[in-house]
Order: sequence, then structure tokens, then C-alpha cells
Amino acid sequence: MTDHHTHLPGHITDLEALERCAIHGRSTLYPDRIKILVGTATCGRAAGAQEVLDAVHEEVEGKHLPYAVAETGCIGWCSQEPLLDVWVPGQPRVTYGRVKPKQVRDILADLPEPRTELALAVMTGDDNALTGRRTSYCNGGDRPEATLNGLPTYADLPLFKRQLRVVMRNCGIVDPASLEEYAARGGYRALWRALFSLTPREVLQEVLLSGLRGRGGAGFPTGRKWQAVADARGGPKYIVCNADEGDPGAYMDRGVLEGDPHSVIEGMIIGGYTMGAHEGVIYVRDEYPLAVARLSEAILQAQRSDLLGKDILGSGFSFNVSITRGAGAFVCGEETALLASIEGRVGEPRPRPPYPAERGLWGKPTCINNVETWATVPVVVQRGGGWLAGIGTGGSKGTKVFSLVGNVTNTALIEVPMGTTLAEVVNDIGGGVPAGRVCKAVQTGGPSGGCIPAEQLSLPVDYESLTKAGSIMGSGGMIVMDDRTCMVDIARYFLGFLEDESCGKCFSCRVGTQRMREIVNRISMGKGREEDLQLLEDLAWLVGETSLCGLGQSAPNPVLTTLRYFRDEYLAHIRDHRCPAKVCKELITYTIDPVICNGCGACISQCAGSAILGEKKKLHTIEQAKCTKCGACLEACKFDAVLVN
Amino acid sequence: MLHVESATLDESFARFDDRRENLIPILQDIQATYSYLPEDVLRRVSRKLKIPLPQVYQVATFYRCFSLKPRGKHVVQVCLGTACHVRGGTRILERVETETGLSDVGTSPDLEFVVETVRCLGCCGLAPVMRVDRDVYASLEQAKVKRVLDRYRPGRRAARKEAGRD
Repeated sequence: MTDHHTHLPGHITDLEALERCAIHGRSTLYPDRIKILVGTATCGRAAGAQEVLDAVHEEVEGKHLPYAVAETGCIGWCSQEPLLDVWVPGQPRVTYGRVKPKQVRDILADLPEPRTELALAVMTGDDNALTGRRTSYCNGGDRPEATLNGLPTYADLPLFKRQLRVVMRNCGIVDPASLEEYAARGGYRALWRALFSLTPREVLQEVLLSGLRGRGGAGFPTGRKWQAVADARGGPKYIVCNADEGDPGAYMDRGVLEGDPHSVIEGMIIGGYTMGAHEGVIYVRDEYPLAVARLSEAILQAQRSDLLGKDILGSGFSFNVSITRGAGAFVCGEETALLASIEGRVGEPRPRPPYPAERGLWGKPTCINNVETWATVPVVVQRGGGWLAGIGTGGSKGTKVFSLVGNVTNTALIEVPMGTTLAEVVNDIGGGVPAGRVCKAVQTGGPSGGCIPAEQLSLPVDYESLTKAGSIMGSGGMIVMDDRTCMVDIARYFLGFLEDESCGKCFSCRVGTQRMREIVNRISMGKGREEDLQLLEDLAWLVGETSLCGLGQSAPNPVLTTLRYFRDEYLAHIRDHRCPAKVCKELITYTIDPVICNGCGACISQCAGSAILGEKKKLHTIEQAKCTKCGACLEACKFDAVLVN
Repeated sequence: MLHVESATLDESFARFDDRRENLIPILQDIQATYSYLPEDVLRRVSRKLKIPLPQVYQVATFYRCFSLKPRGKHVVQVCLGTACHVRGGTRILERVETETGLSDVGTSPDLEFVVETVRCLGCCGLAPVMRVDRDVYASLEQAKVKRVLDRYRPGRRAARKEAGRD
């Protein structure tokens, strides 16, 4: 990565060494020269961040410019990727979005005068939930006049102003490959505090007091889980981080692992100290190669600096962490399946009890928590459990990261206090559905969750409210659906997913999801019967009641919520053989409006099935027998002449 | 062919010890080298780790990242996560299949591509997306699919580097 990584933090054996490491980190985090930051998480790279970074290096090195160039993780502004930031000491950090490599020269041309006409926003400083302090970037503090040329500040932007970043405190700020920058943000201070100022019992008390609940989906109280492992007899005990983020539409864990891997490692070491474990395993899904790379790098750095290994910080406590790569099985997100997978076996869940707290990895007491949970732990220790308990609602404390995606204007990775309403998230932060569309539902909780109708957007986002609505909090995917989404198709989609991913151990889940998918499939083809709806409800109940693990138990949710809130849509498919959202292929036809079509030929060149007839400047027509209803002509036509009925 | 396999297999064995939990990492290593798990290799893994062959086979067939058949040169993974589904991921998949001469997922007749679906690459903010080998392509439209795949076709690799991203 960047030049400062050739410097190693050296052995950190006491508080002074940690402080020296932090000072070095501050010198790269807030250097006394111009700094160019490029967000190079997976999503940034998908949008072309690597090419932008290459262009920055080329420009800076080619012209021998005295600028620092650094990579950072994802700040969460996904719709504007790739993001490039320019920071001139004493001035706000200027953010540029959807940057193309060829724009880099222009953006850097007049520095230290930033090219504000190309910019999106400015950041006047950064808040740090771990220390409770704010670092202002502007000379003389956060004066409004310090903003440049009328650009909005992050604090003005609806996308950011309602956010409270505890888990994502360092994402988009630090270089994930720099232990020093993590330390400069107060990192490993909580570990220090735990090891030298608190007994394991006292750490546990803070976690209990915080009211923190597992962020992986089910929301089990973290403190109680820790207590069970701490009290369990026998050993060695194990600490496991569940980073098998399988829910489609969810990428919070990827954001943290790629943007701030040390926060997870620090949380795990503290967990080890509290529960008397000396070994930790991070189980990362195979689809996240960059997360694995950045975690491996971070673990290596921590080991070289004596923050992992024997006698951490001279405390006498030893702890180490290794990575296990998943092999592409959704069910391995279930804790007992995950443990089986680490042991080299097929990822089939087993009955609980005994819970992993008593009999987990290799039959020993094991604490499994999600990435977000581990990343929250250092903040709980540093600021006290009471601080986190002061955020959120009665039963749901702290903050939650959500991936806000689907048919929403600002697709983003956001973190908000528990209890924020869905409407605030979707409409204020997300900017609502694209212009001209109508919000229909919000899907939360992945395949285990459900679709919450637009009428219920006033619901606060917390464990209890979402469960009451028939969905679940889940890991944090929030998929906004507008009037172009067919709810029968969504039910079919999730059932197909669950049928594929069912491990096959329980008959009811293996065959039940298959039968439900067949029924919904039939309905989507216009061949359904009204009694199918009752049959679906019966089957859903059966699968939920008789399956061993969360996958099967929650499999009915997508079906039941769509049936509960969108029954009309099912009935339209069954009675009228009509798909109101015009999605289900068997019930729609594509035609070309003879009045609007000007014969430009755009659709003809895009039709993979050669189903469109017509000559240049003459009316085009679709040959129905050949039409595969792929929708390419609809995408290609600039004049809206392609009709779907 | 067997000799080559032995050499690479020994390398894999050297990287990991014979503990049971190394079964999946070793198979991942082999899969990365050959793009599939040859039968003979599974037998040798079984002997080496002292895990009965049916159990090795069970693991090799349970996890999605393993294949028992040779796969195409370039791995095309079309994301069908929820966000991609809502934004037309299925249409992208159909277009990929058409462009590679397939009627379903699988290895293309010219062995250049293996087309797979994946349930979420975690780039939902830029849906629909797909991955070809290590490169993720975002905000896809059907019209872009051919251009992306062409970059990986024989003789196009140099052009691909030159063209960069649009």
C-alpha cells in the first residue's frame, strides 16, 4: 500500500510504546502536507477505485508532488463510488464522487486550492465514538464559513447527519493497513484498560451493563453469552468471530473488516481476557477475498507488535487469532454449522442445547459473536457500558449498521441509533425511492426476515418492533422495493434461495422450502389456485415449527409477510392472471408503441434473441414467439416506446 | 499429468499439517490450482489426512466453492443477491448465458468461461454486479455484458489492460 507501511510499529510492550505508535499514526492520518485519500474497499474497486488510485500515483509521482497518498475503507456513500478525498492541512477534507481516472489530473491541478466545482461535500472534522473527541480539520474550529464555496458539510447532508458511528468509527478515516492510524484513533487503549485497570469480571459487568445484543441477527444479549462462557467449566475455551455474512443484500461486516480490521481483533482479545480464552478464530466467507487479505495483514501486524501472542502488553495474558475461510455455504452462518465447518466437516447444524457456550469448538466452551458485536466491544470498555446503554431504545441499545440498498436514491452503508424509524432511514437518509416511483416495501433480515409494507415505515428499527411486524432485525440488510417489484416474485426469490441453501439435514426444511417454491412458482406463472394460499400458510407453519436451526425456523418469514401485507398481489396473479408490477415473465408481453417508435434500431441491436423486426427509420415490432422477455429492449429504448403489459 | 499433480499436491500438503481442520483449506488450495478436485487427488487427501474417502467426498460436494468437474478458464459469478435481484440481476445472468453460448449456468462450450450465480458479493450499493475472476463489475446493464466478457476472451487480454475501466 502506501509508503508508511514499510515502517513497522515495533514491539508494543507498554503504554508509552502504544503512545509512540499513535503519534506515528497521527503523522500519517493528519499529515502536515496535502493528503489524497481513495476509498478502495470492494465496492469502491468495483466502481473503479483501483484505476483512480493508479491515476493518483501516476500524477503525484510523475510530477514529484509532495503529497501523501493513502487508501481507506468504505465511508458508506456507496452510490457515489469511487470516492476520492483531498485534504489540505488546516482546511476541510473535500470529497469527490464517481471519480473517473481522467478527472484526477483536474482535481489535483490547482492544489492547495481545491477544485470545489467538481466536489460533492466537505468534511470539517471527524468524530471518534471511542474517545468521545472530535478532531477539527479547520484552523480555528468548525466555523461554517470554513466550508468551501458553499459545498455542504457532511453534517448538513441528510445521508450523514442522522448517523452515529460507533462500529464504523474508523471506516473511511483510517488506512485499514495501518496499525498506527488505528492506534492514533485511540485503538488498543480499551485493551490496555481491560488488561491493567479491570478484572475479567469487571469487563463482563460493563458488557452486561451496556445492554449490547448480538448484531448477527438473533439479538441474544452479549453479556449473558459471555457470562455463560466465563462460567463454563473445562477448557481450553475459544473465541469465534462470525464473519460469514451470507444474507443477500447485507455487507456491513465486509465494510468493517475491509475498513477497520483492528477493531474486530481488539474486541476479540478483550473477549478472550474476559472469558479466559487464549485462542480466537475468525470465520470469513469465501466471497470476501479482500476482507481476508486485510484481516490477515492486520493480524500479522498485531502479532509483530506483541498485541497478539504471548504476554500481551506485558500483562501475562496470551491470545492469538487465526482466520478460517468459508467455502460457500450460507448455512455456515448458523453457529453450530460454522463450528462444524471450522473443524473441517460439512456445515450441518446440530441441536442446541448444549449451546456453544458449554460445548462449542472441539467440544469446548466457545463464545461466538458477529463482526459488529466484536467491533463495539472496545467502545464499551473504553467509555463504559453505561455510555452505550444511553443510546437506543428500552430493549435495543447502541447503534446498528444497515446496508441501505435496492430501489433507493442514496444506496449506502449507514449506522444509526437503535429506534430510528424506517421512514427516517429510507426517506431522510436514503433520499427515498427514485423520482416517479412509489415505495412499496422494505425487506429486512435477509432470507430469515420479511417485507415490511410502506404503510408501516413509521416503525422504529429495534429488535422488538421488527419482530412484531413479522420480520427480524437480522444482520442489517435493508432492501427498499418500489412499485416495479413484484412481491410474489420476491417470495419466489427467497424460497429459491432457501431451497438452494438448506443443508438438507431436516426433511421439513429440505422438502418444505422446495414445495413452497413450487407453489409460489406456479402462482407467478398464473397457474395458481386460491387454495394455494392456505396451503402455503400451512406449509410455512410446518417448516418453521419442525426445523432444527434458524434457517428453517425463519424460512416462512418472506412468504408469510408477503401473504400478510400483499395478499392482493397474490390474488391478482391467481384470479386475473396479471402481475401488477409487470415482473413475472409468464404474465407479461413486450410490445412497441407504433406512435412513439422512430425506428432508431437501438432495441434491435440489443435483442439477444433477434426477436425485433424492422428497418432503420421504420416501425419496429416484436415477434412474440421469439421474445424471451429479457427486457433488453426496454433498457435500450431512449424514447420509452417499449411497452410492458 | 499425475506427476504435475503430485508436485502441486505435495506443496499443498507442505503448507498444512495433517489435522482434520485442514481438510477444507487443502481442498481450497487444490481447487485454486486446478479449478476442480480430481478424483485421484481426493483419494490422496483421504489417505494423507486419514479421513475416510466418503467424508472427503461429502465435504467436497457440500460446499459451493468446490467442483468435481473441470471448469472454464474464467469464472463468471453473476450476483443474485436481493439488491441485484431487485435491480435486474436475473436479466444480466440471462445475457451472460447467451453471450457464452449456454442455456444455464455451467462451463461454456469453448471452455473459456464457467458461469455461476452467487448469492451476494456484498456490493449491493452498486447493483447489479458480477465478478469475472478477481474483478467486480458494478452498475451493469445488459448492453455492457458483452464488452465485459470480451475483455477475457483469447487475444483480448492485452486490449483489456489497455481499455481499463469505463
